[in-house]
Amino acid sequence: MEKRDNREALDAAALAGDILLASGAEIFRVEETMARIAKAYGVTSSDTFVLSSGIFLTAGSEQEKDFARVRHIPLCAARLDRVAAVNQLSREIVAGKHTPGEARDRLLEIQKMPPKARIHQVLASGVGSACFCFLFGGDWLDSLAALGAGLLLYLYLLYLVKGRLSKIASNISGGALVTLACIMLYQWGIGHHLGEMIIGSIIPLVPGVAFTTAIRDIADEDYIAGAVRMLDALLVTFCIAMGVGVVMIAYHHFVGGLVL
Amino acid sequence: MSIRILWEFFAAATGTMAFALLFHVPKKYYPFCGLIGGCGWVCYEILLNVCSAPVATFFANTVVVLLSRFFAVRKQCPVTLFLVSGIFPLVPGAGIYWTAYYMVTNELDLAGQRGFQTLKIAVAIVLSILLVFELPQRMFAGKKRAAV
Repeated sequence: MEKRDNREALDAAALAGDILLASGAEIFRVEETMARIAKAYGVTSSDTFVLSSGIFLTAGSEQEKDFARVRHIPLCAARLDRVAAVNQLSREIVAGKHTPGEARDRLLEIQKMPPKARIHQVLASGVGSACFCFLFGGDWLDSLAALGAGLLLYLYLLYLVKGRLSKIASNISGGALVTLACIMLYQWGIGHHLGEMIIGSIIPLVPGVAFTTAIRDIADEDYIAGAVRMLDALLVTFCIAMGVGVVMIAYHHFVGGLVL
Repeated sequence: MSIRILWEFFAAATGTMAFALLFHVPKKYYPFCGLIGGCGWVCYEILLNVCSAPVATFFANTVVVLLSRFFAVRKQCPVTLFLVSGIFPLVPGAGIYWTAYYMVTNELDLAGQRGFQTLKIAVAIVLSILLVFELPQRMFAGKKRAAV
């Protein structure tokens, strides 16, 4: 008896899992989406094992040909637009709207979706910093200073760092940079509350996605992935604090601690 | 007081939308992200008058997660889209800063106090997320019974 070849369908499922995991989706979503796509194309023997940094997908039985795929996926920045797009596509696949080949083409398109324009990201970082500075009790001048520091932070991250530095180094230097910027603005008389200014401007660095996803993974009993992501979040937080601390020690040293 | 709350709502909503952009949430969901972030912050501010920061964070974040799940089912999209940016106003950024600050200025008592407070707030966020995700999906689905 000829065995059924499910290569195309499983390719599409593996690619969907790939994109989801790399874009910061939770483990259960990755597993569920792959299983759903495989099932929609009539593959009954597929089995997945997903970690925060890799996907294992195998299939094969009496009736179906063997298939195995192992993918390593490094931790990277959140791309929730891709998560949303793959989610939508998987619904359409379950509804029977796409052949495996079409699904694969759509997934490749999703993978190529361009990021938001850099200038928009820089502006968002500035506006976000200013808003949060205001929320944490800064006045309008403090918020203006935080806006400047937030803009500077993302200019630095997007144009200067661009993945050339490790995560640890870019977070320490980012924290140090905004603290330095805030202290300088404060010294020039722009802003009245140094603390609130710095708090507002470090907010874009805070690892919100890693933290939230880690909690959800742990809640789903994906302890390994959850622990890895929680470690990632804690490490980043620690690095930010370190960056801020280093600059403040230096400032303290030079000014003698009277101004702080 | 009431004017201040209104301004804070707008600031929290705008800030949340800015972070939604940084995480590449699709444009059409920005208003919902803003609404969730704003509501979360206003709840927090109001509750802060009657209870401690961790307790206020717990209840405010419960509201955030409930709203996120509600909109996720309504819009048929992953809940992460709303949740990640929505909790940002409640993330203890101030706690991280003051802990680092007191450590640097060698006031270790205060540093310990602040650090522990920050941890409590983080645990409050964790607990509220766990709690709301234990609720069954059909509570949010209404008549449509959507599967997310």
